[in-house]
Amino acid sequence: MSKYDIVIVGGGPAGLAAAISARKAGVQKILILERDHELGGILNQCIHNGFGLHTFKEELTGPEYAYRYMKQVYDEKIEYKLNTMVMNISNDRVVTAMNREDGMFEIEAGAVILAMGCRERPRGALNIPGYRPAGIFSAGTAQRLVNMEGYMPGREVVILGSGDIGLIMARRMTLEGAKVKVVAELMPYSGGLKRNIVQCLDDFGIPLKLSHTIIDIEGKDHISAVTIAEVGPDRKPVSGTEERYTCDTLLLSCGLIPENELSRGAGVEMNPVTSGPIVDESLETSIPGVFACGNVLHVHDLVDFVSEEADRAGKNAAKFVDGGCKAEKSKEVIELKAEGGARYTVPSTIDVSKMDDLLTVRFRVGAVYKDAFVNVYVDDNRVMHIKKRIMAPGEMEQVILQKSKLEAAGNIKKITIKVEEE
Amino acid sequence: MIYDVLIIGAGVTGSSVARNLSKYKNLNVAVLEKGEDVCSGTSKANSAIVHAGFDAAEGSLMAKLNLEGNEMMGDLARDLDIPFKRNGSLVVCIHKEELDGLNDLYNRGIANGVKDMKILSREEVLELEPNLSDDVEGALYAPTGGIICPFMLNIAMAENANVNGVDFYFNTEVETLKRDENGIWHLRTNNGEYKTKYIVNAAGVYSDYFHNMVAKDKIHITPRRGDYCLLDKAMGDFAKCTIFPQPTKLGKGVLVSPTIHGNIIVGPTAVDIEDKESTATTADGINDLMEKAGMHVKDLPIGRNVITSFAGLRAHEDHHEFVIKWVDEAPGFFDCAGIESPGLTSSPAIGRMVGNMFKEKLGLEEKEDWIGTRKGILNPSKLSVEERHELIKKSPAYGNIICRCESISEGEILDAIHRPLGARSLDGIKRRTRAGMGRCQAGFCSPRTMEIINRELGIPMEEITKSGGASNIVLERSKGGID
Repeated sequence: MSKYDIVIVGGGPAGLAAAISARKAGVQKILILERDHELGGILNQCIHNGFGLHTFKEELTGPEYAYRYMKQVYDEKIEYKLNTMVMNISNDRVVTAMNREDGMFEIEAGAVILAMGCRERPRGALNIPGYRPAGIFSAGTAQRLVNMEGYMPGREVVILGSGDIGLIMARRMTLEGAKVKVVAELMPYSGGLKRNIVQCLDDFGIPLKLSHTIIDIEGKDHISAVTIAEVGPDRKPVSGTEERYTCDTLLLSCGLIPENELSRGAGVEMNPVTSGPIVDESLETSIPGVFACGNVLHVHDLVDFVSEEADRAGKNAAKFVDGGCKAEKSKEVIELKAEGGARYTVPSTIDVSKMDDLLTVRFRVGAVYKDAFVNVYVDDNRVMHIKKRIMAPGEMEQVILQKSKLEAAGNIKKITIKVEEE
Repeated sequence: MIYDVLIIGAGVTGSSVARNLSKYKNLNVAVLEKGEDVCSGTSKANSAIVHAGFDAAEGSLMAKLNLEGNEMMGDLARDLDIPFKRNGSLVVCIHKEELDGLNDLYNRGIANGVKDMKILSREEVLELEPNLSDDVEGALYAPTGGIICPFMLNIAMAENANVNGVDFYFNTEVETLKRDENGIWHLRTNNGEYKTKYIVNAAGVYSDYFHNMVAKDKIHITPRRGDYCLLDKAMGDFAKCTIFPQPTKLGKGVLVSPTIHGNIIVGPTAVDIEDKESTATTADGINDLMEKAGMHVKDLPIGRNVITSFAGLRAHEDHHEFVIKWVDEAPGFFDCAGIESPGLTSSPAIGRMVGNMFKEKLGLEEKEDWIGTRKGILNPSKLSVEERHELIKKSPAYGNIICRCESISEGEILDAIHRPLGARSLDGIKRRTRAGMGRCQAGFCSPRTMEIINRELGIPMEEITKSGGASNIVLERSKGGID
């Protein structure tokens, strides 16, 4: 069995950034395992621009952004295996993987970084009645077909769900000459970034119908039409509001699910809200030496934040390797809680002795809030009070905690993040 | 050319008949199928259950063939190398005043010849199946009940028939039947005319259509639609047994069962319709399903755990009985009509019965070189790390995972394409290998599977279909194309 200090599962933006930061922290034997035939992950099919504004202060396309990291991996001579599928991770960090050349093999890993990304929610989970014909794609599958394979699924398009990939594909299909008739969103707000609604729908005159869903799919072999209806506050269709749209393509952009089959197999404890692992301030999961970052941990809007998070995971994995790969008992664990509009936090716990001087805590809200406050309570004392003009479920929020302040407070039991009127 | 026997329909009934007829010397047999593959109609959308046999009316042909089929299934699954498990069936009673109903079922089961049944008390059944409703009062337990993959059973029987000389014609829809003065049947299809001495009508929901073309006594088949939901494998250990409610006039009710592949299936509803093609699910149907399934188990993990929903059509004959016989006034015409549940279970016995009736009538002799076994597509997940390593070293395609959710490799897909009656569409590959049948429902693997079909079969990308007909996946090259 071969041995590596760190094995990184996934060579997308999270895996690449984690590998580079671990190498910069001095770790020698690092291996990235990537299932696709190239590094870069989903960025390779995201040929639009808008990546890297935070990280590089410029607007890059997905492949350009990925290449900035791939180049560093090449320069640092970090090992990677392509076309390689990880089949299992054991709770003592033995990684089982396979590919055409090496067969099936096991690797003993000092630390493991989970960076498998996420997948799209399929039609089944949406319970849309009707036939099950060809012509229905998740937005990301259509993106791959159009941008990488060079094929158009169809010419008349309806999109259900307003996640970012759906919005991006509305514009992309339009630029390829298709007619995007409507984007229907079940919720009263979009699941995507405001800037994508403006740049991908508004600029092309594509209507976004909030509080609408598909109630019928026509066409036995190939989709020929859908019926869209408004939904009430109970999210059930309101009769009399039905509108029929002929179409040859239906794209679904109804949410992303972190891809944690391997994590579950290893026995990593999961957060039911994010569908990602529960992690501490070091992005370490419930299994010592197994770290998580990027969309496998929680779904991000911006790759810049994925890279930043992965950078931390790489650094912390390096520390774990440096310390001889031994589980350290945490001294004083503070619980992080999300309440009153905040749905979750990443991380879920903080050990002040192990945290960096500044710790970014990310969270999402469960509804649209205007002129509300993000309040942070240390035990029962409000220590932060931040006014937000607008907050929406489609845009991730963050607060930054200072180690010195937490140390000064001492003996803290919990920190609570709340969204409140004042 | 004049065939000896033409079978209409390559579903589980037609394929079983084909396999049984392939045992005989000097008999030219072919199957005409309107779909692009075997298992394209009712056989592909059902509960995937091998019924114990306590449900069918005492003394009926249905009861007899159910029992025989159930008994045959173990050996057949071994011979055809397909997975099958006797997980046991439970009929659960949740109203004290209906406990007598369990005894009635038990007695009917005894009369039908079902072995090893037991009536379980509330405590006994809860111990066996802890997720049952708190209202459970008792249950009938039939350990001979089982689960099987309907696709694999259907495909395996067809493949085996084909290896033994039966021809299959796909995309071939029979339009009319006529018998000439020499007693030869002429079948007009969208693919030209086929001639035969004997016809087996195994046309599922269309079996009344062909029967009524030639027979004096008309039959009527009602497509009885059933909606189903399939749950993620993560929920797979929710139930061990197949959990039925107590039966009603419309059928055996909404069951909750593990599948042979480790998912949980919930269904079916029962709605009589007219349209023999209407396999669309409805919002009412799915809601009804959720409500009914929730009565006999507690906290059924539906909602976001549903990976797909679908509807199947039972070929319900007005008298709820299998119609398996020669039609006297149409010499050479044989019916296998009204094959609804327990049709999948009965299929091995139906095939054997039809084979024997042909043998008797035509004076057939068995081949000495008939091949009764078949090797299925390899399931590498059953291998150890070392064995799998060796396999990949020998055929590297087994090292290339195409479907992530079900861990299906290119090796299995190549096998599915190149074996007898190989797959030509995404659904064809899905039903043979499970690629695309997992929780992402082919989101990741479909472009990759299409590339393999394109490369191996030379079908242009634009012509690759989901399931034949007009179910093309992509329309055309994007602007200018990318090469």
